[in-house]
Amino acid sequence: MLQWIADNPRIFTVALQNHLWISAAALAAVLAIALPLGLALTRRRALAGAAIGIVNVLRTVPSLALLVIMLPVLGTGFLPSVVALTLYGLPALLLNTYTGLTEVDRDIVDAARGQGFSDRQVMTRIEIPLALPVVFAGVRTAAVQIVSAATLAAFIGGGGLGELITSGMANFNFPQLVAGALAVALLALAVELAFAALEWVMTRSTGLRD
Amino acid sequence: MSWLVENYDRLLVALWEHIQLVGVGLAISLALGLPLGVVAARRPGFAVFILLVSGALYTVPALAIFALLIPYLGLGFWPAIVALVAYALLIIIRNVSTGLRQVSPDILDAAQGMGYGPMRRLFAIELPLAMPVIVAGIRITVVTQVSVATVAAFINAGGLGDIIFQGITQDFGEKVVIGAVATSALAVACDEALRRIEMRLRAAQADAL
Repeated sequence: MLQWIADNPRIFTVALQNHLWISAAALAAVLAIALPLGLALTRRRALAGAAIGIVNVLRTVPSLALLVIMLPVLGTGFLPSVVALTLYGLPALLLNTYTGLTEVDRDIVDAARGQGFSDRQVMTRIEIPLALPVVFAGVRTAAVQIVSAATLAAFIGGGGLGELITSGMANFNFPQLVAGALAVALLALAVELAFAALEWVMTRSTGLRD
Repeated sequence: MSWLVENYDRLLVALWEHIQLVGVGLAISLALGLPLGVVAARRPGFAVFILLVSGALYTVPALAIFALLIPYLGLGFWPAIVALVAYALLIIIRNVSTGLRQVSPDILDAAQGMGYGPMRRLFAIELPLAMPVIVAGIRITVVTQVSVATVAAFINAGGLGDIIFQGITQDFGEKVVIGAVATSALAVACDEALRRIEMRLRAAQADAL
């Protein structure tokens, strides 16, 4: 693996950069959609049931199916890959945001209101900080799912480390195939560990453990 | 939809191959995972080890696992089964041991008081009580395996992924979409069926207790 990377540094770095770009763009989109949507759903319980039903079906759809299902509409390349990966990562964060917020102790919220907190203050000072550990666990799951599924973006021309695997297979270039596979496996594990460490530091510093 | 009308037999063959991949993968995972899950429930150290390995392995993308197996196992049905079992085994072991450890100590004491031996207690009391959690594990396993089996077409294991990959190489959008919709429908159907079984088991247990 290292030998192949040493011989082809340019191909490898381009693939790695693409992989990180697609994943980062999809994760940013997931954060931008799931956080406000999760919050909005706690205010409209009637919609929440329907939304969670849809998200639960979405969560079951296989990653490869999700990536290719919009192929005739969106075509191939960077953008379709980001759209598909956004849909793939969305359920984890949306469900955790909603659950995290609804599980905030009602007594604490009532106590805050009794002290004269406005709706806005209750949200920003009580609900969001208390829900943060569960929300962050959702961010971690979404991030790992996205980095992992981004491997399949190679099938719709999105590039990334998966491309080293697919073109290695097509050209019988096994050193390249193994290099791509090991790199993406290590990247997924690194993202998992990095977010786990971040989660640990965050929950410790805010004193919200338990 | 003209491709589907003319080639529904090929879709059915691919579906059957897909079900075979998941079925054989699940059967082997259960045969190995159930006994190992019982061991994990009795030995917390082993359970922690399993959780660590499962967490790590579950993170690795399916395409990477298939690619890494090629130099050792080559292509086809059985290498795909190895990857499917690798993903599934750890979910099954985790859920079997969690399910067994959730059985109330009072019930176990009562069984012992009634003269049940360890084996009879396991089969007559512990496993039936752990069944909802075990079925929940089977549900996660099957949904994961339907998804992973789609990618298995990359190593010539057949299944619905084959229709998708053929559509991509032939630049034939309809075929790609039909393959993707069929896989999704299979995953959703399996999930819903197992969810109902799980609910029924939980309801039956709530009634009995």
